[in-house]
Amino acid sequence: MSQVTNIFAPAATPAHAIFHLSLLVLGITSCIFLVVSGLLLYALIRFRNRASATSDPQEPAQIYGSNQIELSWTVIPVLIVVMLFLATARIIFSTENAPKPSDALDITVIGHQFWWEYRYPKLGVVTANELHIPTGDAAHPIPSYLTMSSADTDHSFWVPRLAGKMDLIPNKINTMWIDPLEPGLFLGQCGQYCGTQHAKMLIRVYADRPAQFAAWVAHQLQPAAQDPAAAEGQAVFLRNACISCHTVAGTTAAGRFGPDLTHVGGRDTIASGSVPNTAANLRAFVDNPAHFKPGALMPEMHLNAHDLDAVAAYLTTLK
Amino acid sequence: MSEAVFISDVPVEPWVLPSRGVVGMACLICAEAAIFIIFVVAYIYYIGKSISGPTPHDVLELPVLTTICLLSSSFTVHLAVVNLERSKRALCSLWLAGTVLLGAIFLAGTAMEWNDLIYRHGLTIRTNLFGTTFYSLVGLHASHVVIGLLMLSLALIFSLNGSMTHMHAAKLNVLSLYWHFVDAVWVVVFLVVYVLGR
Amino acid sequence: MATQTPEIEILNQSTPTEPRHPWLEVLHGWVTTVDHKKIGLMYIGYALLFLVIAGVEALLMRVQLAIPNNTFVSPQVFNRLFTMHGTTMVFFVGMPILFGFGNYLIPLMIGARDMAFPRLNAFSFWISAFGGLLLYFSFLGGDGLYGAGNAPDVGWFAYAPLTSRVFSPGHSTDYWTLAVLLSGVGSVGTALNIIATAICMRCPGMKMSRLPLLVWLYIVTSGLALIIVSPLTAAQIMLMLDRYAGAHFFDTQAGGSAVLWMHFFWIFGHPEVYVLVLPAFAFANEIIPVFSRKAIFGYPAMVAASVGIGFISLSVWAHHMFTVGLGAGANTFFTLATMVIAVPTGIKIFNWLATLWGGRIHFTVAMMFAVGFLFQFLIAGLTGIMLSVSPLDWQLSGSYFVVAHFHYVLVGAILFMIFSAFYYWYPKMSGRMLSEKIGKWHFWLFLIGFHLTFDFMHVPGILGMPRRVYTYEADRGWMIWNVIVSSGAIFQTIGTLLFVYNMIRAYFKGPIAGADPWDAWTLEWATSSPPPDYNFETIPTIRSRRPLWDLKHPEDPDSNYEF
Ligand code: HEA
Ligand code: HEA
Ligand code: HEC
Ligand code: CUA
Ligand SMILES: [Cu+2]
Repeated sequence: MSQVTNIFAPAATPAHAIFHLSLLVLGITSCIFLVVSGLLLYALIRFRNRASATSDPQEPAQIYGSNQIELSWTVIPVLIVVMLFLATARIIFSTENAPKPSDALDITVIGHQFWWEYRYPKLGVVTANELHIPTGDAAHPIPSYLTMSSADTDHSFWVPRLAGKMDLIPNKINTMWIDPLEPGLFLGQCGQYCGTQHAKMLIRVYADRPAQFAAWVAHQLQPAAQDPAAAEGQAVFLRNACISCHTVAGTTAAGRFGPDLTHVGGRDTIASGSVPNTAANLRAFVDNPAHFKPGALMPEMHLNAHDLDAVAAYLTTLK
Repeated sequence: MSEAVFISDVPVEPWVLPSRGVVGMACLICAEAAIFIIFVVAYIYYIGKSISGPTPHDVLELPVLTTICLLSSSFTVHLAVVNLERSKRALCSLWLAGTVLLGAIFLAGTAMEWNDLIYRHGLTIRTNLFGTTFYSLVGLHASHVVIGLLMLSLALIFSLNGSMTHMHAAKLNVLSLYWHFVDAVWVVVFLVVYVLGR
Repeated sequence: MATQTPEIEILNQSTPTEPRHPWLEVLHGWVTTVDHKKIGLMYIGYALLFLVIAGVEALLMRVQLAIPNNTFVSPQVFNRLFTMHGTTMVFFVGMPILFGFGNYLIPLMIGARDMAFPRLNAFSFWISAFGGLLLYFSFLGGDGLYGAGNAPDVGWFAYAPLTSRVFSPGHSTDYWTLAVLLSGVGSVGTALNIIATAICMRCPGMKMSRLPLLVWLYIVTSGLALIIVSPLTAAQIMLMLDRYAGAHFFDTQAGGSAVLWMHFFWIFGHPEVYVLVLPAFAFANEIIPVFSRKAIFGYPAMVAASVGIGFISLSVWAHHMFTVGLGAGANTFFTLATMVIAVPTGIKIFNWLATLWGGRIHFTVAMMFAVGFLFQFLIAGLTGIMLSVSPLDWQLSGSYFVVAHFHYVLVGAILFMIFSAFYYWYPKMSGRMLSEKIGKWHFWLFLIGFHLTFDFMHVPGILGMPRRVYTYEADRGWMIWNVIVSSGAIFQTIGTLLFVYNMIRAYFKGPIAGADPWDAWTLEWATSSPPPDYNFETIPTIRSRRPLWDLKHPEDPDSNYEF
């Protein structure tokens, strides 16, 4: 069984806390289930109408109630509920009201139909769809604080192995934090129905070792590559409406409706995780975004085959 | 079948049940109250959240006179019921007419207020959150006043042409309950919109 | 003595033979009727029709989801499918079927000749019916008859701002709002009617403390419906003002709040699920005692627990919003409030258990469905408790675990209990017995299908599969579970078809039922099957909660034991 998005394979503090709480809850509910269904089964078998009894027209003894018994099955559930509640309240507060360390990394997450915008305000980095964060370990967790909102409809950021989900709601600021304890790629996807392509609003979180992360940041801060071999593609890109929706730092393209493309060539996937980032896929996507993602908000651009090749070549150079 | 056991039992107690009309109206009032609560909550929630003007403080004036009219119509409708119960049909008609008149004055007041807001202050339902919540809450109440007035006018006509007698007092009473409710809602709307929200 | 009329009369046991009318007259009779029994049957028939329609929508979704990256339906159509499925099941299956049974049974059970307001009753039915037709007209309306037409695609709770003009151009959302609004008006009308009937139309001797539990639960359900459907109506009015008049209630660009809609919807939406489940409890309260041959255990506690559930359910709505960012304080409060519901609900489960205890349990098909209900409701309640633990809900919310939880209640508890009610009351309604043999096939097939589908649906949720996705990635390990889930739907379909067949067959060929085929205790069994237009020749007078028990056991009447 694949472990990629299993909530029972936690890899960060919030997900761990939930995992441990869920074990307690599962334990208690299983006990309740076993006891009650055991009693039910016993009653059904023991008191079933036996063949011999059918001939006997007598009704069984009529019992109308008993205050003591009824009281006991009121009080016991009350006690269980109190216990469950206290255990839960602890985790709620320790997660939602955790003090924010001063060296925490700040990230702004903005949900769009149907892709993710990530901004690192203090670092000056802007990227899309693939989130990079530093990894700590159990002794020194390095939390990343996500400040979240939405540019259009409601979305929800859900990476099961790192933490529970948090909604991104227009006109409302939410926060959450994650602190991966091991490096790796963590998958997730949008958890709140947001329109046609809610299904393909996938999340990829890359937890990098601190040095690796610093290198990534340094690379992101560079302006877009200017490969002379792709000059024609760049010209096509800048000549078309692409620039009204996309940003490529260092060029006149400064649109914000679509993902930032400054380093799109360096990403593993395109169209928020839908397909691997290959030249062929890029070309096919720009040709007709609905091919991979029917309902995506990027229109069909009607470029001719020559321009398409050029643009795709250009985009791949934007490492 | 041995019915003997059944019949020989305790004497049958007198069997009185609540009036359907009153219970039905009480239920309707509960449901309506819930609608108003939602609109009131929305109003309160959006107080001061408009992005642009005008604000309630700029444009709203206390509708004291019309409020007095509406509230006193609760008394007049009550008197109409009492008189119908005592078979004083003429008095009943008189008080009903008074009620309708007072309600109409209230409506006229609202109409003038809206006219003023729309044409002098440029506040419509589209302008801002205040406009949105104001017109919908006050409008919802006004629509209830209209319905109440229609029913009361019908009652007035029946009373004048003599087809409503003291036999119908219970029905008129149910209608008056509705009218009292509309009045009570106005108290809330008044407090929220014109006192708290201004 | 001779001056007294016999208080309960068992009418002639055979079905009264009706003269056959030309079909037009029959139709006219049904359309213009104000008789509670006919209206009840129309409600039920209408709900069954929509059950099949919404069931077919579910089947289409299950085909699409059986394998990853399937292209059986487009994303647009899939989104319309789950919206229509959810909306239909809640508003045009759940509500009408429960109101249908209520309409049919309540006057009979309290010894009345009709509902308190027969004409309001007819009005309520027709306006709800119109709402359902309007909703389905959307398939044809708007952009015309292609794909799924212009059916709504915003989900059954239609979160703002997805419903605004900007994100939902065209009229699909308008169909949704209007249809739900109309059905809401009908629901309020019927709820009001049921309360007025249960309070004001009782036969002599039927004190509130002697009301059959079914009637009590319908009072609670209807009271709840009265208070909660109105907020939904209010919210729909606001949404329409937004869409048509340019108001800004949920317009986030003008400072409006998306969260406000969530509050308004769930203030309705949460109690609504109890509105749906309380009638199911009501059926269980009648059926379990009769087939255990024992009085219900702890009648006062059952009434108190139901009223308690009603009240508590009004204060828990934000457990659907644990991931919205309400803050630790609010999440803690709503966690507690939600968990507290387990206490009165537990009382009900335990009282049913105690009713079975020491009884002589007859496993008729009605009872088998009721037993299925008991187990499945227990499990569903416990998964509900898991979701009420808000940190766990941060993981599971919006995932297939939630879908599994609520189908466990809606199908495993409510639909099972509805089937049970059919097997129990069909003889009263039609005068003929359903086949127990076909019924057992229906039961087992549906049980297997139910468990295949909804037991295994919890797993993809835990493995991170969100709901409302038209397809999913192949590398997540979700496929195997989805295959099992989809295969269960086949068994459910065959079961449902058998059920429909059973009803049609019995209507023409079923054995004659007689007035009281189950040897039961409440007043509806004191009149013929089907009952005459006026229900009872003489209005009965009763002395206890189980009038027919007293009649059958004059040496030991119930009235001696009541407390
Ligand atoms: C009739 C329908 C019905 C019923 C009865 C319930 C009953 C309960 N539900 Fe459920 N629920 C739904 C229908 C229903 N639900 C639907 C439709 C949704 C999703 C809507 C959507 O998003 O589309 C939903 C969603 C939902 C959520 C939100 C999930 C999410 O979207 O994030 C939560 C969270 O708390 C929840 C909890 C509960 C609880 C605690 C109960 C309790 O009432 C259960 C109580 C019962 C028991 C606990 C069992 C018996 C008790 C005992 C044996 C006593 C001992 C037990 C203890 C002490 C624990 N439900
Ligand atoms: C009373 C309520 C109720 C009932 C009974 C059901 C019954 C079923 N539901 Fe539904 N469901 C909801 C209420 C209900 N559901 C709600 C509220 C939602 C949320 C919607 C939303 O997210 O907005 C939902 C969502 C929902 C989803 C999630 C969609 C998504 O999130 O993407 C799924 C997926 O499997 C599903 C499946 C099923 C299945 C397989 C059944 C089966 O039990 C159905 C069994 C019945 C049949 C199979 C009908 C029998 C058919 C015939 C007799 C005709 C045969 C004819 C032919 C084959 C041509 N439902
Ligand atoms: C109307 C706005 C708009 C225009 C014009 C537009 N795009 Fe896009 N583009 C988008 C949106 C929105 C997305 C995100 C789609 C999704 O994943 O749902 C996107 C995604 C992309 C992606 C994938 C990015 C990633 O990281 O996943 C590429 C590459 C791209 N566009 C290239 C282009 C090119 C080249 C052009 C011009 C020929 C162009 N776009 C024109 C809106 C636009
Ligand atoms: Cu974004 Cu779903
Ligand atoms: Cu709920």
